[in-house]
Parts: sequence; C-alpha cells; structure tokens
Amino acid sequence: MPELAYLAPSSPEDAARALASAGSRPLSGGTDLLVQLRAGRVKPDVIVDLKKITGAMGVREQNGGFVIGAATSGAVLGEHAGLVRAWPGIVEGANLIGSTQVQGRASLGGNLCNGSPAADGVPALIAARAVCVIVGPNGRREAPVESIVTGPGQTSLAQGEFVLEFRLPPRPARASDAYLRLIPRTEMDIAVAGVGVNLVLDAGGVVTHAHVAIGAVAPTALLVADAGAALIGGKLDDARLAAMEAAVRAACKPISDKRGTAEYRTKIAGVLARRAALIAFDRAGA
Amino acid sequence: MSKIHITTTVNGDPAEFLASSGMTLLDALRDELGLTGAKEGCGSGDCGACSVMLDGRLVCACLVLAPEVEGCRVETIEGMAQGGQLHPLQQKFLEHAALQCGFCTPGLLVAAKALLDAHPDPTEVEARYWLAGNLCRCTGYDKIIRAVMDAAAELRQERAA
Repeated sequence: MPELAYLAPSSPEDAARALASAGSRPLSGGTDLLVQLRAGRVKPDVIVDLKKITGAMGVREQNGGFVIGAATSGAVLGEHAGLVRAWPGIVEGANLIGSTQVQGRASLGGNLCNGSPAADGVPALIAARAVCVIVGPNGRREAPVESIVTGPGQTSLAQGEFVLEFRLPPRPARASDAYLRLIPRTEMDIAVAGVGVNLVLDAGGVVTHAHVAIGAVAPTALLVADAGAALIGGKLDDARLAAMEAAVRAACKPISDKRGTAEYRTKIAGVLARRAALIAFDRAGA
Repeated sequence: MSKIHITTTVNGDPAEFLASSGMTLLDALRDELGLTGAKEGCGSGDCGACSVMLDGRLVCACLVLAPEVEGCRVETIEGMAQGGQLHPLQQKFLEHAALQCGFCTPGLLVAAKALLDAHPDPTEVEARYWLAGNLCRCTGYDKIIRAVMDAAAELRQERAA
C-alpha cells in the first residue's frame, strides 16, 4: 500500500493549503471515503481531516438563520431541537443516511461532495435554498448547494476547495419543510427517488414561497423551479398539487437499474413530491 | 514507512499504539491492542460487527481511521462486563439464545447498550430500527430483539429499585 499521510488542521486556511496538492482528499465522517479507499477507487497520498476545524462542526445561529458545520454528524443534527423545529426536512434527510453507526459519523458536507445522485441529505438542503461557504486557496466564496455537484462523483469545487458550512436563510413563522424518499425495503438502502419541499405560508395559510428539489432521478439532485412556483398563491388545492407533480415529472431524467425503472422513478418522484408538500404544509401550521 | 503515535483511552484505560498508513480503528484495536472482540464482517460499514463507542457515539470501527482517535474515548465489548459480572444485555442474550455463531454478537451488544443508554424504554420498532445496521445471518433477529427488550425491562427495574 502506498504511503498515506494524515493531517488534521484546526484552521480552514491550513486545510485549504493541505488540500492544494492533487493527491489529497478531504475527510469528514469517512463513511464514503474509507469504503472507497478500501476498494481502491481513490488512491490519495494525503487525507485531510476536517473535523478539527471549529466552524466545520456543530450547529449555530447566526444573523437570524442556522449555520450547519459541514462535517457535523447526522446524530448531532438529530439531537439539535432548534434545528429540528425550524428545518425538520433537512434533518430527516440527513438522518436517513445509513445505520445508527453511520449516523454517528456521516455529515451533510460529505454526503453532498461525495456526489451521489441519490444522496438523501441533499434535496432538502437545496429546497431550503441553503448556501455553501467554500474555503479554498483564494479565500472564501459562497455558492448555492445545487451548484456543487456537476455529475455522479463530480463537483465544481476547485483543487484545494472544501465546503466549510451550510448557511440557512432566516426562518419566518409558518414555514416548514419535509423530505421523503422511497427505497425497496424499510431501512438501509439507496433512494429510488427522493423529494424535499420547503414552504412558507402567510397568516391566512396561503403559500407565499415554495421550493421543490428532487434526488435520485437525474445525474445530480435538481431544484425544480416550476414545481415550487406551481404551489404559490394557494393552499395546496388539487389543481396546484397536480401542476407541481407534473413539473416534477417533467424534470426527471432517471436511469433504470435494479432499484427501479426510469418510468417508475418518474412516477414515484411525483407521488413523493405531493406527499412531502402536504407534510411540509401541515408542519408549517396550515 | 512513517507511523503516527496515537494516545487514546480504551475502556477507561490509557492506551497508545503506532498507526501505520491507512490503518483503521478496527485494525488498531485488533492487531495493535489485542482487543479482538470487535469483528471485521464487511469492512465497509454495512454489517455492524465492528461496532464500538467513540466519544460516546456508536460507530463502525472499520470506518474510522486510526489517527482520528487521538485523544478520544473508545469503548469496546471488552469493557462491557464488570469484572466477572456480565452486563444484563449479555446475560439476556444467553438466556434467550440470541446468538448461534456469535460473530455479530459483540457488535450487537455494543449497539444495544448504546440504544438502552440513550433510550431506556424503547418500543420494539425503535429497537429494530436502531439495530438495523447490525446484520445477523443466524438468528433471524427475533431472539435478539426479545433479549434486548427483556434487558431493557430489567435495567429499568434495577434503576427504579
């Protein structure tokens, strides 16, 4: 086995410097990376552990919105009562990743940057309009979550760049979200389709903002702007839900594999979108 | 090959070892520290046979790089019985015959203890979901779940007494 160095810098800038070499890989929870190392799919010469960077760990409130450290484990997210109250959909997406053991390690930053089209942590983050704070050799920049993954296993991050944290927008009253996925069994499988829906209602229960994002039905998770727009101005009446479902299905570009055919995935994505929208609506206090 | 000197705490005692390139926590426990209770079933985080506690969190030791545990607290199956006294979970696994080959048992016991420490009164459904990352190819799980629920009841009684 070739030499594999391990670094655990405490500052984001030191991490970016360590990641500047072509043979480096960032490590968060390691639940994807260690499997890939063992299988020989990646052969780095330096592992840069991000978990010693203060900003990459934990959940905090900043400027009226939550900030999630990108390397924070799913278990920690699930135990954060304030985050669960404001963004239950983001937390349920994160908590669907793997087993209890995997939840002790796996992070949203890792789930995103691993680049799986079926990453359960990603659609609800996109629907939340979450912004990634990216640190790299040239300093910091911000980018929406949906701009990070460009294809299966591929990201738009430059050499040396990594996601430090996710910033969520301030949460008004009467707002909530939901994430649903379908798997062929009850636990521990990869999504056939997944949908995140994020809604804001006015005092009368009318939807004023709506965002819908889909996973496992295209090479990357997608924000479906038409689907969100279809829900605005009403109280999830049948016509609006049907229009949203149609927009979701039109956006699907799935593959057929052992978990489901392209036709099935497209059909199910619409069904999940409708159900997730109703859950988010209910949670928002409609 | 350069090795990294790691200092950690295992089952309450200080421990140190030299981590070689690419070594996992599971490799370190088994090959460097002689703690062979945690097993390697799959090596990819799917089977749970290597379940240990890391700073109070249930994890798969095969998915942790050995240098990551510098300064951390590791708890393994070897720390579960107190002297000659089996933990109630271990006793209930025996009484309910919740094992056959035994390969998954250390991981299941560590994971079940984590469940009962966090949730002393789980429903059967909660117990089954919590343990979904621990695969057993012998028992069909039913006896395991019965043993866990019985141990939970006994621990609650002990606490109330």
